[in-house]
Amino acid sequence: MATTPNAVTPTEFTAQPRSLLRRWTGADEIAHLITLIAAAALLLIAVLLVYQLWTLSALARAQFGWKFFVTQTWDPVSGDFGAAPFIYGTLVTSAVALFIAVPLGVGAAIFLAELAPPKLSSALTFVSDLLAAVPSVIYGLLGVFLLVPLMRTTIQPALKEVLGFLPFFQGPAYGIGFLTAGIVLAIMIVPFVLSVSREVLLGVARDQREAALALGATKWESTWKVVVPAARIGIFGSVFLALARALGETMAVTMVIGNNPKIAASLFSPGYSIASVLANEFSEATGNLYLSALIELGLVLFLLTFVLNGLARLLILVTTARGSGVLPT
Amino acid sequence: MNFRLVWRKSLNVVMLSLTGLCALLTVSALFFILGYLVWNGGKDLSWNFFTHLPAPVGEEGGGMANAIVGTLKLLFLAALFGVPIGLLGGVYLAEFGGRTVPFLVRYTADLMNGVPSIVIGIFAYAMVVMPMHHFSTLAGGIALGIMVIPTVLRNTESFLRDVPRSLREGSFALGANKWRMVATVVLPAASRGILTGVLLALARVAGETAPLLFTAFGNRYWSPGWMQPTSSLPVIIYTYATGPYEDWHRQAWAAGLVLLGLVLVTNILVRAFLSRGTAYERT
Repeated sequence: MATTPNAVTPTEFTAQPRSLLRRWTGADEIAHLITLIAAAALLLIAVLLVYQLWTLSALARAQFGWKFFVTQTWDPVSGDFGAAPFIYGTLVTSAVALFIAVPLGVGAAIFLAELAPPKLSSALTFVSDLLAAVPSVIYGLLGVFLLVPLMRTTIQPALKEVLGFLPFFQGPAYGIGFLTAGIVLAIMIVPFVLSVSREVLLGVARDQREAALALGATKWESTWKVVVPAARIGIFGSVFLALARALGETMAVTMVIGNNPKIAASLFSPGYSIASVLANEFSEATGNLYLSALIELGLVLFLLTFVLNGLARLLILVTTARGSGVLPT
Repeated sequence: MNFRLVWRKSLNVVMLSLTGLCALLTVSALFFILGYLVWNGGKDLSWNFFTHLPAPVGEEGGGMANAIVGTLKLLFLAALFGVPIGLLGGVYLAEFGGRTVPFLVRYTADLMNGVPSIVIGIFAYAMVVMPMHHFSTLAGGIALGIMVIPTVLRNTESFLRDVPRSLREGSFALGANKWRMVATVVLPAASRGILTGVLLALARVAGETAPLLFTAFGNRYWSPGWMQPTSSLPVIIYTYATGPYEDWHRQAWAAGLVLLGLVLVTNILVRAFLSRGTAYERT
């Protein structure tokens, strides 16, 4: 390290070329280099992550090709692996979760951004942030011992009574299954929908609201017909973000989905998801092909969340960058 | 009053109340979860729970001392591995970066933040468990450390950026060079915010189960050193909750209460004390 402070010497401001030795012994350069290495370490980790997922799944990719995504069998004994039931389970549970969480989260966000007094709003946001911090295994615990029995004895029979003519609500009520997993996921992702939507709604310019009110709109009309449309792209972003969370969520889903690799139209049916099969079978996988197939599932999950997160960030960026919330239609 | 006006006004009231109901439902979920855990887990919490090893099935008593210590060890490793990289990386982005590299790093950090934790587990398995041929505390700590990096990095960067220009210029004017300016003026000024980010990131990974399933694995006994599989609170909650024994279920509730308590108390303390007010006026 340099022993004398040399920042404000005339040589700093002239374009004289410094010797290589001087360059690398300068304290600033060393600090620059060390921090650069730390930043580069993150890049390296990301590259290694993709590389490992890609090379370790090579065996399964070579063996099954694109057929992997449509095959429904999952048979470790005969070495026949297909991802279809897991991808189906992941998508169905996430869809159920969004169906419940989006109205709830956006509704709550409207209340916090438009109606609640600032103090109440920030207190409730604080609680919602805490909710987002609750570990997923805790949701799983409540799911197993509280929601599953409740679904079996009350909710599923009631749904069957009222909506039983739909294919989604048929079959025996086990308690576990797609619907239960979707509900647990919904509770878990509401805080994400809420906090991002609230921020986007708060970003809509005050003038917009006042203009609508001045034209004689009720509070609800100004919110629903002016503020929400202006923030809609950011709200979509929050939905994608929540969806990415839901797709990758492991523990809570594993504990209530039933762990049965089957594609069924009924939401009451036990199923499986990508993350759950990884959680259950990865540490016990015997044989290279089995492990490789599981890692390919991991790769699929990674790519799904990668695309969704990218989209979400783009959408949120578009709305917040415009600041005023005035968007091109 | 005509019919249309009455309709619009009632719609207004109904819909606004519905949004309030949504907020109430969401927020009450936390109190419900907390209350339910205290109700179910509170009665099985005893001194033994914190000091004893798990008892064999069917035997009364027993605790989760090894899981609690295991979680602490994993968190220590995660901090050791993740915090320096995140912190220094954040300093790079805020203070030294040019244009292209910071963009790339920022993008990667956001991407890594969204990677499902189970995929991080696969990665740690491939990097640490496969070469070593056995599960270990080290592998679990590295998995959690990787999850800590992006949060700490982005958070550090944003708090450093908030430090006013005048502070930097002041230290330059006093003759400091850049590293000294960063180390003695900017970092201390942003230290509260940075510490908040570090603690929240650690609180988040404390509850992570998925990346530990096939890295730290589990252990019914104490795990000496860093190279043996170790028990941890989240994994033992999962194992016990999905197991067949009544005893296990009761222990799972108690462990759930301890874990939730740990995470929530950290969150509340950090958010309430550290993030309130900074060493300078935030604009």
